[in-house]
Amino acid sequence: MSTPEESERELRPAESAVDYDAVEDLLGDRAVGRETHSNAEAFEIRPDEVQEVLTLLKREAGFDHLSCLTAQEYEDRYESIYHLRKYDDPTQEVGVIVPTPRDEPVHESAEPVYRTADWHEREAYDLVGTEFEGHPDLRRILLPETWVGHPLSKDYDKEQPQVVTLEEHKNPLAEDHRNRESDTMMLNIGPHHPATHGVLHLKTVLDGEQVVDVEPDVGYLHRCEEQMAQNGHYRHEIMPYPDRWDYSSHYPNEHAYARAVEDLADIEVPEYAKVLRTMTSEFGRILGHMLAVGTFCLDIYGDFTAIFMYSMMERDRVFDICEDLAGARMMPNYFRVGGVAWDLPEPREDWIEKVRNYLDGLPGRLEELHDLISGNEILQERTVNVGIIDPEVAKQYGCTGPVARASGIDYDIRRDDPYSYYPELDWNVVTRDAGDNYARTLARLGEVEESARIIGQCADLLEDWPEDERTIQSNVPRTLKPPDGKETYKTVEASKGELGIYMRSDGTAKPARFKIRSPDYHNLHALPEMAEGEYVADLVAALGSLDIVLGSVDR
Amino acid sequence: MSDSEDQHIEKRSPGRGARTEGGSQLGNRFNSRLREAFGSSPFILTKFDKFMNWVRGSSMFMLQFGIACCSLEMMHSYTTKHDLDRFGAGVPRASPRQADVIIVPGTIVSKFAPRMKRVYDQMPEPKFVVGMGNCTASGGPFQKGYNVVKGAEEVIPVDIQVPGCPPRPEALIYGVAKLQERVANGESAPVVVKPYELERFGDLKRDDVVEELSDRIDEETLVMQYNWVEGNTP
Ligand code: SF4
Repeated sequence: MSTPEESERELRPAESAVDYDAVEDLLGDRAVGRETHSNAEAFEIRPDEVQEVLTLLKREAGFDHLSCLTAQEYEDRYESIYHLRKYDDPTQEVGVIVPTPRDEPVHESAEPVYRTADWHEREAYDLVGTEFEGHPDLRRILLPETWVGHPLSKDYDKEQPQVVTLEEHKNPLAEDHRNRESDTMMLNIGPHHPATHGVLHLKTVLDGEQVVDVEPDVGYLHRCEEQMAQNGHYRHEIMPYPDRWDYSSHYPNEHAYARAVEDLADIEVPEYAKVLRTMTSEFGRILGHMLAVGTFCLDIYGDFTAIFMYSMMERDRVFDICEDLAGARMMPNYFRVGGVAWDLPEPREDWIEKVRNYLDGLPGRLEELHDLISGNEILQERTVNVGIIDPEVAKQYGCTGPVARASGIDYDIRRDDPYSYYPELDWNVVTRDAGDNYARTLARLGEVEESARIIGQCADLLEDWPEDERTIQSNVPRTLKPPDGKETYKTVEASKGELGIYMRSDGTAKPARFKIRSPDYHNLHALPEMAEGEYVADLVAALGSLDIVLGSVDR
Repeated sequence: MSDSEDQHIEKRSPGRGARTEGGSQLGNRFNSRLREAFGSSPFILTKFDKFMNWVRGSSMFMLQFGIACCSLEMMHSYTTKHDLDRFGAGVPRASPRQADVIIVPGTIVSKFAPRMKRVYDQMPEPKFVVGMGNCTASGGPFQKGYNVVKGAEEVIPVDIQVPGCPPRPEALIYGVAKLQERVANGESAPVVVKPYELERFGDLKRDDVVEELSDRIDEETLVMQYNWVEGNTP
C-alpha cells in the first residue's frame, strides 16, 4: 500500500495579486470596457474577439482554468461572462464579459481555447438562448431536443405545452462505416442502468469489446435549480436547495451558497459559526467520499458485497452524529446566511464525546477498507493504469477535486482560496500522480483521513470555546437586499471539487441571476478522454471513479 | 412450516370452544378423506389465489432504480443498518424483467418520464409501484420548475406513496411493508390502464382497448406529450 504524497504548499495571502492594469494593457483596445465584480475585475470585449482575447489571457497571463461561463439576459442585452482563474492560484481571477444585442445574441465560441467551454456553451444556448459561432456541436444539453423556448430567457412562455420524444438512438458512426460488415455496435448505457449512478445516458459505440466513442447524454435530472434559486429570497428560501445539488454530501454545497451570498451582501460570520461550518463540511466530505468508494467497488465487483455495505455503514455513523446536530439525516438545511442554525445539542460533552468515539474508530475501519480495496489484487488489476487522465487534459476540461488531485494537480480551494476556519487548522491536501482509477479512489480515502483530522481539531476548539462567545449567527436583516447591480462569483471545495456560484443582485430580495458551477459537470465531460480505446468494462470503472452525482451534473 | 399450518387449521376451525368440547366434530374433520389420503403428513387448506398473494407479498423483488436524492435513502434501506431484506423485500434486481416492485425515488423530469414509463412497461405483471418522496407525490420542492413532472402518477400508477424529503429509511420500510400487506391481502390489484384511460375507452371491449392504445403508439418514436400547466390528468 502506497502512502499518499502530501503537499506542503504554503498558505497564500487571501488578497488577489492580479495586476489588472497590466491585463488591460495586454488586451489593448480589445477591451472596450471594464467592470468591477465583487470577486475580480472584468473586461468587456467585442463578440467577434472572444477566441483572441481568451487565447491571450491563457497564453500570456496564465489564466489556464475556465471555471465557469454565465450567460444571462438583461432588459437591453444578452451577456456572457467567462470566469477565468489559474490552477496555480485560484485567487487570481478575471472576468471576460461579452455583451451581445437582444435581437442577435451571437458571439464567438471559446471551445477552441478551453475544451470545457463546449458543454458550458451548450448549456448557455439551451437555457438562455445565447448562440456561439464556431461551436462544434451547438445543441441542447439539459432539456430534450424538441423543447420549445429557452427557459431562463425573459420571453419564455411557461404555458407552452412541450413534446418529449423517445427516439431510437442511431449509431453515430454509421455513416463512416459504409461497409455492411462493420463491426461497431451502438450501445445505450442508461439512462436507467445500475452503473450510471443515477440517470445518466452514455451513447457508446463499441468495436468488439473496445469503446470507440462515448458521449455522455445528461439532463435526465435537470430540476431547474437555477430557476428555483432565482425565485427564492436570499435569506431563507435558497438555502434548502443546495442540499439537493450534490445530494451525497449536503453541507459543502450549503457552504458554497453561504460564501457567495455573504460576499454579495457583506455579511460577517462569527468565528464560532465558522468552526461549526468547517466541521460539518468535512462530515459532508466523508459522506460523499464514502458513497463514492462504496459504489465504485460495487461497480467493480458487481454485487452488494462487503465494501459497499461497510461504506454505507460509515455513512450511517456520520448521519447519526449530524442528525443530532442539524436535525436531519439528509437535507439538513443547517447553514444560515451569516451563521448556522443550531449550536451543539445539549449536553455538549456527550455530543463531542460521540464525535471523538467516531474519530477513534475511524482509522481501524479505514484500515479495513484499505485491506479490501487497495490491498486487493483483483481490484488493482481492474483499476491500476486504467482510465488515465493527464493533468494537462484534466485542466482543459476544468476538472477539479479528487479527480484533478489524483492526476497530480495540486489544487484545493480550501487551501488556495481560504475560507471559513480552514486557514487556522492543520491539515494537508492529498495529491497523487498516477491519474488512474486506483489513484482517484485512494485520493478519496486519503481525504477522508484529512477530514477526520480537521473534525478532530474542530471538536477541540468547540469544547474549549468560551461560553459567552458562542455566537452562531450574526445580525442579518430579515429581508436581505444586496446593493443593486453587484455581481460575484465565489467557489468552495465541495466533496467533488470546485463548486461555484455566480450571483447578480438587482436590489430586490431575490437574485437576478443565479448560476451554479458544478464540479461533476466538468469531471463527467472528461469521461471520453479516459474511456475511449479502453474496454467497455473499464468505461464503467472510469465512470465510477469520477464519482458524479447526477443532481449536481444536471442541476 | 408447522407454525403457519396450525394457524391455518385454527382459522378454519369453528372456534376454540368447538375443539375442546366436541370430540366427535374434531374427529370428523381430522378423519376426513384428505387426512386419509395424506396420512400423518401435515397439509394446509387454502385458496390458490390466497396462497399466491401470500407468496407475492412475502418475496418482493425490487427494481434497482435510482433517480435522485431519495435513492440514497433507498440504498440505506437496503444496507446493513436498516436491511429491508429482513421483511422479504430485499435484494434489488438490476433488470426490470426480474422485478415486481419499482420504487420511484426522486424527481421526474420531462426527459426522463418517457424512459421511466418504458422501464415500467418492461416489468412483468403483476407489478407494483412505491412512490418515494414528495417529488413523486407532486414534484416536491421543484414543483414550480419548468421541467419537472408533477408527480409519478402523471406517468405510471402508484400503489403506495411515502411522503418525506427524503423519507427516512424507516418510513420507506413502513411503506414497503404496507404494500406487502396489501398485496398479501389481495387488496392491491395491478392497474394496467389508468382509470381515466378506461373511462375514455369505456364502451370498448378489453381487446379493442389494447388495440386502440397500441395503434396510437408510434413504435419508432414513443412520444410523451406533457401539458406543463395542467399536468396530464384531465
Ligand atoms: S423528495 Fe426531496 S429528497 Fe426526494 S428526490 Fe425529491 S427533492 Fe430529493
